[in-house]
Amino acid sequence: MIWVNQVVQGILLGGYYALLATGLSLLFGVMRIINLAHGDLAVVGLFLLWWLHDQGLSVPAALAVMLPAMALAGILLQRVLLERSLRSGVLVPLLTTFGLAIVMQNLLFEKFGADIRSVDIGTFAYNGWKITDEIYVGHLPVVTFCVAVVLLGALQLFLSRAPIGRSMRATAQDPDTAELVGVNARAVYLVAAAIAVATAGLAGAFLGMRTTFDAYVGPTQLIYAFEAVVIGGLGSLWGTLFGGIVIGVAQTVGAQIKPQYSILAGHLVFLAVLGWRLVNGAIAARGGFRAALGLET
Amino acid sequence: MLRVEQLDAHHGLLHAVRRVSLEVADGETLALVGANGAGKTTLLRTIAGGHRASQGRILFDGVDVSSLPAHRRVRLGITLVPEGRRLFPEMTVEENLLVAGRGNGEWNLGRVYDTFPMLRPLRKKRAATLSGGEQQATAIARALMTNPRLLLIDEASLGLAPIAVERVYESLEAVVGGGTTVVLVEQDLGRALAVSSRVACMLEGRIVLEGAAAEITREQVVEAYFGLKRRNGKAVQQ
Repeated sequence: MIWVNQVVQGILLGGYYALLATGLSLLFGVMRIINLAHGDLAVVGLFLLWWLHDQGLSVPAALAVMLPAMALAGILLQRVLLERSLRSGVLVPLLTTFGLAIVMQNLLFEKFGADIRSVDIGTFAYNGWKITDEIYVGHLPVVTFCVAVVLLGALQLFLSRAPIGRSMRATAQDPDTAELVGVNARAVYLVAAAIAVATAGLAGAFLGMRTTFDAYVGPTQLIYAFEAVVIGGLGSLWGTLFGGIVIGVAQTVGAQIKPQYSILAGHLVFLAVLGWRLVNGAIAARGGFRAALGLET
Repeated sequence: MLRVEQLDAHHGLLHAVRRVSLEVADGETLALVGANGAGKTTLLRTIAGGHRASQGRILFDGVDVSSLPAHRRVRLGITLVPEGRRLFPEMTVEENLLVAGRGNGEWNLGRVYDTFPMLRPLRKKRAATLSGGEQQATAIARALMTNPRLLLIDEASLGLAPIAVERVYESLEAVVGGGTTVVLVEQDLGRALAVSSRVACMLEGRIVLEGAAAEITREQVVEAYFGLKRRNGKAVQQ
């Protein structure tokens, strides 16, 4: 039963990773940008939430202020940095966002110092429901998972039903043709960046509720998000949830084997999936499995 | 409606469109013909805003649209059906149409399906799975959903089976009959002349022949097409 419990905990943890990966997946899906500052943007949102809470706002009120602020930051980021970087090719945004990540980390360190913090949500952080004698689920992980599922579902609905969502999908597939049928690709990119950065901020908020943080936790979060996106398939929203769950379950099951294996197990599963994809790609490029083994002439 | 003045366009070092001047009147159908590489596609893309003009002006209803991005030109009423259809492959036929839908004109889903009946049963199919003819019909229907006043069609019949060409042209004639102004790039001279009121022939980036479709003979178009001129009653290379 202990293993079942670990899998359940892993699935719930996967919700957090999916939430973290949503913006990364969306930005890649629409603009083909791998945003290396994604984890640090989550941390910026988290620090903003923490600061607002510290000023006396309740956590929901602080969230209500932080999320629009992060969406605005996304628009600024797109206008000032990403739009210009994209004009210079696909590698430049990688370098730009890498540089931005370093700048944000050091600005946060300058402003808030090296203290370890967390967002105080009282007993909500550790209370839970008892399912069986050996399975408990925490309120916070369940809420995080539900928020992830609702967010991904809402985004999926938005992309398939809303006119701007359809424009986003069209722009992701062929930006030049989208322009030729009346889609303002620039505006679409702004909306995508706003949503991506706001969801990063939301993920940051849950990070601050579930654990401690400082100015330098962004890159680690980026790695988890990146792994979830790659496992789930680049640009696929439900795939992101699947990828998050795979990482989450690998970590909790790894921790059950030996506590030190937790993070390692997640990375190993990611490497295994990546390796499998590479091998599959190589086999497909050689005309299939039989041809690759020289069984066909 | 459309006035192109001394337009130049380049592809890198290639001077694809050279000092082209052109006028298209309201309700007219202009066939733009010419050999491969004559500059027809570049001219159409430049008018639609998909390619930057290096010089010259494009006036639409007297307004200079040369510096406007493509989506702003679509709002004014200029829409291109690009060469190769360029549908959004992962989206369904209906989604392809809805992306372009402006919702404030006479073309809507119902009218488009009435004009292109073959699309109605395909509306939930992904564009990538359509045949060439179905894709072309979807591409023209998608352009109509923008409620264009000037429709630019690049190679409507390219790569299609004869039966598919028939069906696409039947629908196209309905569009032309409805009063939409059309500039049509077409390799099939017979078809181009049949549906058009005027013809312009391009050669090496220039318009070398222009006139009413009823007045220009097929021979004149062929000579202009291949850059031939008459000497002692015989066509010879210029």
